[in-house]
Amino acid sequence: MTVFLIRRLMQAVVVLFVMSLIVFVGVYAIGNPIDILISPEADQIERERAIEALGLHLPMWEQYFVFLQRAVTGDLGRSFAFSTPALELIVERMPATLELAVAAMGISILVGIPLGMWAGFRPDSVGGRAIMAGSILGFSLPTFWVGLMLIMVFAVHLGWLPSTGRGQTVEVLGMHFSIFTLNGWTHLLLPAFNLALFKMALVIRLTRAGMRENLLMDYVKFARAKGLSTGRVIFVHVMKNIMIPVVTILGLELGSVIAFAVVTETIFSWPGMGKLIIDSINQLDRPVIVAYLLITVSMFIVINLVVDILYSVLDPRVLLKEMKS
Amino acid sequence: MRILAHGVLATALAAAGLGTAAAADLTMGLGGAVSSMDPHYHNVATNNMINRHIFGRLVDQDAQQKLVPDLAESWRAVDDTTWEFKLRKGVKFHDGSDFDAKDVMATLSRIPWVPNAPSSFRIFTGQITEAKVIDSHTIHLKTAAPFPLMPVFMAGFAIISDEFERAPTEDFNSGKAAIGTGAYKLKQFVRGDRIELTRNDAYYGTKPEWDNVHVKQITNSAARVAALLSGDVQIIDQVPTADFARLKKDKNISVSSVVSNRVIYLSMDTNRDVSPFVKAKDGSALDKNPLKDVRVRKAMSMAINRPAIVDRVMEGQAIAAAQFLPETFFGTSKNLKVEKFDAAGAKKLLAEAGYPDGFSITLHSPNDRYLNDEKVAQAVAQMLTRIGIQTRVEALPFATYSPRATKLEFSFMLWGWGSGTGEVSSPLRSLVATFDRDKGNGPSNRGRYSNPKVDELLAAALRTVDDKARADLLAQASEAALFDVAVIPLHYNINNWATRAGFSYEPRTDESTLAMGVKRAQR
Repeated sequence: MTVFLIRRLMQAVVVLFVMSLIVFVGVYAIGNPIDILISPEADQIERERAIEALGLHLPMWEQYFVFLQRAVTGDLGRSFAFSTPALELIVERMPATLELAVAAMGISILVGIPLGMWAGFRPDSVGGRAIMAGSILGFSLPTFWVGLMLIMVFAVHLGWLPSTGRGQTVEVLGMHFSIFTLNGWTHLLLPAFNLALFKMALVIRLTRAGMRENLLMDYVKFARAKGLSTGRVIFVHVMKNIMIPVVTILGLELGSVIAFAVVTETIFSWPGMGKLIIDSINQLDRPVIVAYLLITVSMFIVINLVVDILYSVLDPRVLLKEMKS
Repeated sequence: MRILAHGVLATALAAAGLGTAAAADLTMGLGGAVSSMDPHYHNVATNNMINRHIFGRLVDQDAQQKLVPDLAESWRAVDDTTWEFKLRKGVKFHDGSDFDAKDVMATLSRIPWVPNAPSSFRIFTGQITEAKVIDSHTIHLKTAAPFPLMPVFMAGFAIISDEFERAPTEDFNSGKAAIGTGAYKLKQFVRGDRIELTRNDAYYGTKPEWDNVHVKQITNSAARVAALLSGDVQIIDQVPTADFARLKKDKNISVSSVVSNRVIYLSMDTNRDVSPFVKAKDGSALDKNPLKDVRVRKAMSMAINRPAIVDRVMEGQAIAAAQFLPETFFGTSKNLKVEKFDAAGAKKLLAEAGYPDGFSITLHSPNDRYLNDEKVAQAVAQMLTRIGIQTRVEALPFATYSPRATKLEFSFMLWGWGSGTGEVSSPLRSLVATFDRDKGNGPSNRGRYSNPKVDELLAAALRTVDDKARADLLAQASEAALFDVAVIPLHYNINNWATRAGFSYEPRTDESTLAMGVKRAQR
């Protein structure tokens, strides 16, 4: 186990290094962020002064070297646009994205698994077929359209829920969360549902496939023959076996939801990391882009590791030795 | 339903009539992003708009960008190179301290000091060679050469308290140093989300109408309109042109508009003999650059049907442009008229210039910077192709477009210019003056247009302190530039605001949305 972990750690470092190099070069190649930041009324001398202040006058390899030197000590640079440390900006926005991601995953699990199990248990019933048709809509409708439709229906026409923004926050451990307030939940519901739709469809189909596969297996026949109730068969025995692929996929999806809830955050003006990254890309705010991607990659690495370990816990046949390739 | 609405309205009006009976809060939904509460950090319209609520300026601009006294009661030119500003007495900062000349000195000292400023306010204070305190409410500002624009430039930056002369940007963002003399105090700044302001009861000017102002940042246009329709916000700016007609008809919404100080224009490479994107129709190189010939430029201008662009592409939300600013602004010329659409005449002029078969060119344009920028570029390209100039459009995100244009990689570009000072010297100096790094001329002159007559008239105007004479010189400089088709002006934008019925907003030419301008409508 220790060897496994050390090996993964070394791989992680290499991945981070390569990724930072790629992003750095890529963003540098696009152009100079100065033209976007600086006032159009500034004259040439002012422009040159601003370029020097941000360190953009140095050749690219020197800028990257400066970045590496600072990164090793934990300083991922200052945002060009905000002048605050990039790491601080991202951490400031993380609670908002985290609660959106967790709420979305929560909705997709709480709604998706029961629906998927029903569709797998009674595939030919009206309900089963309706659920499957609904899941197709779930992953084919574009997120931004669904988001706007949700706003139109629930905020404009019905007026039940607020249309944009984040609700009142409560400070917990130095970070601001809005899930602890009712007002926060009314603001969270629509964006979380919007984000959850795709995952829900995925979970429904996975669960249904798992149900269909497992219900035909010998152990289910044996359990029924033993006289166990249907409820116990499904909820105790079958469920454990369905969960393995579901957990794996959900783990990966959690990473992507946290990192890339960009569309939902933009539509609902949710002040999360996704919105931060898209704004930074538009402004060529390179320190924030690099810092954000480094954090995202680290997060994916950790999630993958946890999923692999969980996998081996759920299925004792899997040995972590096999994970090394 | 209608009876219920009337009933609610009547009750609301009655409650409002009781005066201070109910707390009056305003929620604004703005499309722009605010990067900081430090008023000296980033010279960008959205930041300036917000810090005007919190901080005062020596001189302010009204809704038409005419100068009005704010923290400076009066000003005059003592001699050619000295300006005297008399400061308003009895003004207090939000923390109770008095406003006096020391605060102005602290401001002038802080502006060049702010570390890491991506867009410094030095452009407003750079001309000042010496600032002297005469007494607690009088200062003298000296310049090296006559500087008639001093009052205009003094409207460009906010005055902070001398206590915070060396406060870093973080202190302003957290609210500690964000102490100003403005109508509202900063309660909270949540970066990327919203800004909370509360009324300054000790404000010296018109009593602020709202107890609290919530400024929400809603960058997505559709979501912003939805927020207005659902009543979550009472006013939005940057109304998308596609929704404008629908909002105008809506009984729950009022719209207010005014012509903007922003002109959308086309800029051409008039400097190089061989321009990268100008070729013959078959792709071969041309022996000389057609854009250097004024007849070709005039033909291009004549080929553009501006009323059609205004009507169809901008959906009526623009005004065809004849020069750099609409006629109501200082320094515009009465002799410049919108170029009449004349395709036949344009073809003839082209043939006269030696291009009977036309040539091919690429028009570069941003696609996310100005309202409908890419669509306007497409329309222009089609109009030019009809007279024989085969035009391709390449639309890029502004982040890519601007650096490449500054490196002079393009031949034919679409740009916009909003005059922050509210008069014509700004576009003249930045767009058509000969590029001169040391004088600070032509920083946005990406076609490198150069006309000695324009430079001469502009230099004279910048030295002339008498307003009437200066306006005249600026008008002449505009004429010299535009009769020579230095740039092809297309249209001025119209700034639109949409409010819930029952609220009104005094529209501003500088595109700013200020809570001080939002009033409850009189019925």
